[in-house]
Amino acid sequence: MHELPQTLVSGLALGTLYGLIAIGYTMVYGIVQLINFAHGEIVMIGGFGALTVRLWLPDTVPLTAALPLMLLGGALTSVAVATAAERFAYRPLRDAPRLAPLITAIGLSIALQQLVWAFYPDAKKSRSFPQFHGDAFELTGNVHLQRDDVFVLVAAPLCMLALGLFVAKSRTGRAMQATAQDPDTARLMGIDTDRIIVLAFAIGGAFAAVAAVAQGLRAGQINFEMGFILGLKAFTAAVLGGIGNIYGAMLGGVVLGIAETASTTYIQHIPGMQQLGGGGWKDVWAFVLLIVVLLVRPQGLLGERVADRA
Amino acid sequence: MRHRSLTILTAALTTGALALTACGSRDAGDGKDNGSGDGGAKTTVTIGVDAPLTGSLSPFGQGIKNSVDLAVRTANKNNEVKGVTFRTTALDDQAVPGTGQQNAAKLAADKDVLGVVGPMNSGVAQSMQGVFEKAGLTLVSPANTNPALTQGDNWAKGEKNRPFKTYFRTATTDIIQGRFAAQHLYKEAKKKKAFVVDDKQTYGVGLATIFAEEFKRLGGEIAGTDHLTVKETDFSGIANKIKNSGADAVYFGGQFPEAGLLSDQVKKAGARIPLMGGDGIYNPGFITASGEPNDGDLATSVGYPVEELDSAKKFVQGYKDAGYKDAYATYGGYSYDAAWAIVQAVKKTVEDNNGKLPADARDKVRDAMAKVSFDGVTGKVSFDQYGDTTNKQLTVYQVVGETWKSLKSATFQD
Repeated sequence: MHELPQTLVSGLALGTLYGLIAIGYTMVYGIVQLINFAHGEIVMIGGFGALTVRLWLPDTVPLTAALPLMLLGGALTSVAVATAAERFAYRPLRDAPRLAPLITAIGLSIALQQLVWAFYPDAKKSRSFPQFHGDAFELTGNVHLQRDDVFVLVAAPLCMLALGLFVAKSRTGRAMQATAQDPDTARLMGIDTDRIIVLAFAIGGAFAAVAAVAQGLRAGQINFEMGFILGLKAFTAAVLGGIGNIYGAMLGGVVLGIAETASTTYIQHIPGMQQLGGGGWKDVWAFVLLIVVLLVRPQGLLGERVADRA
Repeated sequence: MRHRSLTILTAALTTGALALTACGSRDAGDGKDNGSGDGGAKTTVTIGVDAPLTGSLSPFGQGIKNSVDLAVRTANKNNEVKGVTFRTTALDDQAVPGTGQQNAAKLAADKDVLGVVGPMNSGVAQSMQGVFEKAGLTLVSPANTNPALTQGDNWAKGEKNRPFKTYFRTATTDIIQGRFAAQHLYKEAKKKKAFVVDDKQTYGVGLATIFAEEFKRLGGEIAGTDHLTVKETDFSGIANKIKNSGADAVYFGGQFPEAGLLSDQVKKAGARIPLMGGDGIYNPGFITASGEPNDGDLATSVGYPVEELDSAKKFVQGYKDAGYKDAYATYGGYSYDAAWAIVQAVKKTVEDNNGKLPADARDKVRDAMAKVSFDGVTGKVSFDQYGDTTNKQLTVYQVVGETWKSLKSATFQD
């Protein structure tokens, strides 16, 4: 049990990262009922955008000073790609059968991966990402917080706070809620729903860029394939938390992150289950958790809508 | 007669060219028939290459491809086999067993192919061996180290049984590599408590298991074991576990992309202990995987360091002169030797048949492989009754600053 605090800290850092990406899935789903499977690639592209900024800046600029610019560069790239995807890939299919945009999303995901692979310099191998150097911070006794995790633990709550205030208080935010509830009526009330949909994609893209920078810092590298696993996990987090609900996405991410680290640490101490523990099985346990939650609460942890359209 | 041989030559060249175009990749500059030398028709023999030419393992794969190309160029330049011009055709397996199998079928269908160098990954080799066996086509791997490939699935119980007569390798096995690593870590580096991680792949699991057994046999303690998933980048869960286990070293069975990240994350988690691995992690990519310094991390690799061998000087120079874009990397010397072994087997076959290729050339080449013996880039090259190399030299490398430095080279002893 002495490992519990460390497991929670690591799980929280991983989970908030998933949560940031899950926001992108959940916002788009909440408004247009589309699972944007290309969202993982939006994350990846945000990472490459941020890396490009870092490579442009002279080496003498310290990472802390470069970070805001990297975030900006990453966010600009992902937002541009996300909104372009909406405009050219999804909007023409808005009234098409549900399967068409879904398959488009998968095709788009492959296309974006291959574009980066083919055209970004040296992206055929993993590109190293800048990192904060130095030892981990010792919180208490045997609990360490890694330097690179500080970023996501600070950035994620700030992003959530800003998004929460925006959706609840601002005029556009309320228009967004209205569009999510009933797009037709919202349009009748004079809301430009197309603009709201673009905005949902843009916010998802911006959050994706923050997540990409966090992931780059954690792993010390980014590559053109990174979006797939991250996207899959974040989608799981969004469903776990209740797809369509932004707080649910973050909660789902945190639960998933802690479940992964805890299953790595604890399962093999359970008598008779030694074979089923460890890092190799963490995804299995994460998905077992998802299935159990969906059996008990089909709408997810914080979901309200019955998942009739997913 | 003259007329007919010209027709045959044209036909052979056309089919060869067509086959090569169909296969898509082909290196410029290798043997075009120019009819000089022995003033007449030349047969074209293709040496195939199968390796990961794209993806994260491509630094290894490109080195393999280029080294085979160099061997073929050398053979053509020296007119090593009279009346035969060699070519290469390189296919990309992306380290995926299924792709390797498709490539194997493609190579087997090309009648000009008399031998293939590759693959790099033991898991890919498993999927290719059967196809080659059926076609009677020789496959020589410069990099596979999994024991089961040559000694059968029950090698651990002492029942050695060669499953495929067409499979050879110039790299030594993990039985030797894993035990060599354990001996070094326990006796020389004085580590007594190792945490063992593998990547759930054929190569990684085999190597890690052999290491752990030998480490325990020597008197060391295994602090714990875990497995990670290839292509993931977040190993912080495992890193924390390693830190809490109190291990004084980590042994990793797998490839450098994951190994580099695991090592960095273990160190970031607060455990300042070395990570050791096999030839899969002996690559500059291990050190540059992420920003953390890797000083003190260890790797074993097959053979002596190519740079330090007298026999390799010509190879290193030739590789430099040829101006290849990628380095020859870990397996370059072994790939050159593998290709050269095929050249020698073809030579024997042609000489035994009055200077012509026999109709059953593939079977004859396979049989000749067993008797091949020459001084290659990496030392004496010959194969034992299982198709394994008789060369049991290994080297331990250590990260010093930003590079791998060789620490100790020795011939494995039981």
